[in-house]
Amino acid sequence: MPSETAAKKSDKQRGYRRPHALTDAVTHYCPGCGHGIIHRLLAEAMDELGIREKTIAVAPVGCAVLGYDYWRIDVSEAPHGRTPAVATGIKRVQPDKIVFSYQGDGDLAAIGTAEIVHAANRGENICVFFVNNTVYGMTGGQMAPTTLLAQQTQTTPGGRDQVVHGNPIRVCELLENLDGSTYLERVTVSSPANVRKAKRAALKAFRTQMDGKGFSLVEFLSPCPTYWRMSAQKSIKHIDEVLVKVFPPGVIKDQTGQE
Amino acid sequence: MSANKILMTGNEAIGEAAIRAGVDAYFGYPITPQNELTAYMSHRMLEEGRVFIQSESELAAINMVLGAAVSGKRAMTSSSSPGISLKQEGISYLAAMELPAVIANIVRGGPGLGNIAPAQSDYWQGTRGGGHGDYRTICLGPSTVQECVDLVYLAFDLSDKYRTPAVILADGRLGQMMEPVTFDHLGPPSPPEKPWALTGAKGREQQSIKSLFLDPDVLEELNLRLARTYEKIEQNEVRWDTLQMDDAEVCIVAYGTSARVSKEAMRRARDEGIKVGLIRPISLWPYPYEPIRQAAEKVQFFLVPEMSMGQMIEDVRLAVEGKRPVYHTGRVGGNVSNPKEILDAIRDCCEKV
Repeated sequence: MPSETAAKKSDKQRGYRRPHALTDAVTHYCPGCGHGIIHRLLAEAMDELGIREKTIAVAPVGCAVLGYDYWRIDVSEAPHGRTPAVATGIKRVQPDKIVFSYQGDGDLAAIGTAEIVHAANRGENICVFFVNNTVYGMTGGQMAPTTLLAQQTQTTPGGRDQVVHGNPIRVCELLENLDGSTYLERVTVSSPANVRKAKRAALKAFRTQMDGKGFSLVEFLSPCPTYWRMSAQKSIKHIDEVLVKVFPPGVIKDQTGQE
Repeated sequence: MSANKILMTGNEAIGEAAIRAGVDAYFGYPITPQNELTAYMSHRMLEEGRVFIQSESELAAINMVLGAAVSGKRAMTSSSSPGISLKQEGISYLAAMELPAVIANIVRGGPGLGNIAPAQSDYWQGTRGGGHGDYRTICLGPSTVQECVDLVYLAFDLSDKYRTPAVILADGRLGQMMEPVTFDHLGPPSPPEKPWALTGAKGREQQSIKSLFLDPDVLEELNLRLARTYEKIEQNEVRWDTLQMDDAEVCIVAYGTSARVSKEAMRRARDEGIKVGLIRPISLWPYPYEPIRQAAEKVQFFLVPEMSMGQMIEDVRLAVEGKRPVYHTGRVGGNVSNPKEILDAIRDCCEKV
């Protein structure tokens, strides 16, 4: 389409290069959503490591289910939460390939809790990219296992109440004690500096797998302006001021022996 | 030339047949009465340098199968009734994603936790798809340990050929009993090329395998394509066996263990002068409607012994179309009818007609 070509041209003039591992598709994500940033930095990481042609991803059920439209790699869908089990099946029969699952908080920390815990515990040599935006996006903003206390959602209209709804789950800390997990880091995509840090974590996760060192998970604290009922700008501030207090960023576990 | 025979349980024979069929990966979870199968695979798969995982759940096992299947490999799982209910999620996805896989159900008493004794009460689940959505699964019902071997080997080929999951429906007695079996006649596995497999986008466009089609017209296309596949399966893959149907005035329709018991009841009935014949469905889906339809033209009635309150009987009635009476007999709860009970049922039905 001519308009797309024109847009590309002006991108080029601004020094923007689309990663090869990213398709030309325009994403369906809401304005201000973090998925686009995270998709892109995974694509950059695959390009830089030269692994695009041997990477197979497993898309979750959730907002990122259409991942196959955005990454120029082979992608399988999985039933809700079974994503790490599907990734396990792929990696075990194709050990020379790079396999990652990309999951949201509902997929990974609610319906898929057993699958993620046991994939980590077996030390599956896969990467898990876990996008935590503390809410179910695809289904319309219900409480997620990571929803903050007092956070309003469609199913916690009065705010999440510890007594009624339980507490937000810290996934990295949950997996830390398992002997099978190798590398766990929590990052945010709330500023250019943090996005660069997030990309370094993605690169490290891929390298961990390439070196055959086992299970890695990178948790991205990511904005959901639509279901946080905030502007995109305020959502970014919300990550830095509120989310990080419950989900502190940083390396939770590192047994990679890498820098 | 006498074949090289080994004494094996049905469960172990199913495992060895899968290995002979070239299964690349087996994923299982403990449940009685199929544990010998998972235990057998736990050492044989490793001996063969193939993949074995004891998964954390049935859900995980079937989805590991899905992962191996999207990779273009031959994959298998097995379980028994309550575990199969859990696997139904993944089986629906396998069907939707047009993926081959073999699932063995060593059926036990139900519903619920039921018990660990043999049953045939998962017939509907095995032959009607079992999970959500508009799909079928190939469903094969062995009645001997040798047939377990032959049908597992066949299941891998059919599943690959039609890109749809195949279920082995064997009751717990078949899983547990030992009989001499041979594998000599099984050729080397010959899985087809799978250009659709996800192996990395090297030298080609990216590929994806999915079951989400938000546009109703696109999902309808999938539903219609699946229907065409099922039609082909119905045309080409119906299998059954008959015994003494030539002069039969009474037709027993039975599969699996019920068919074995029925044969003895039949022999005794013939000693008494009642001309009983047997149609034994081997493929439970696609179902052998035609031979039953033909039998309806000449026999007086049908008797369907099942280890359930009557599930396959619905298929017999579909074939008979009301032309002849169709009666049920059987024990449930993990019980198996003995020949005398079936013979009594034959006599009772003769009086009714």
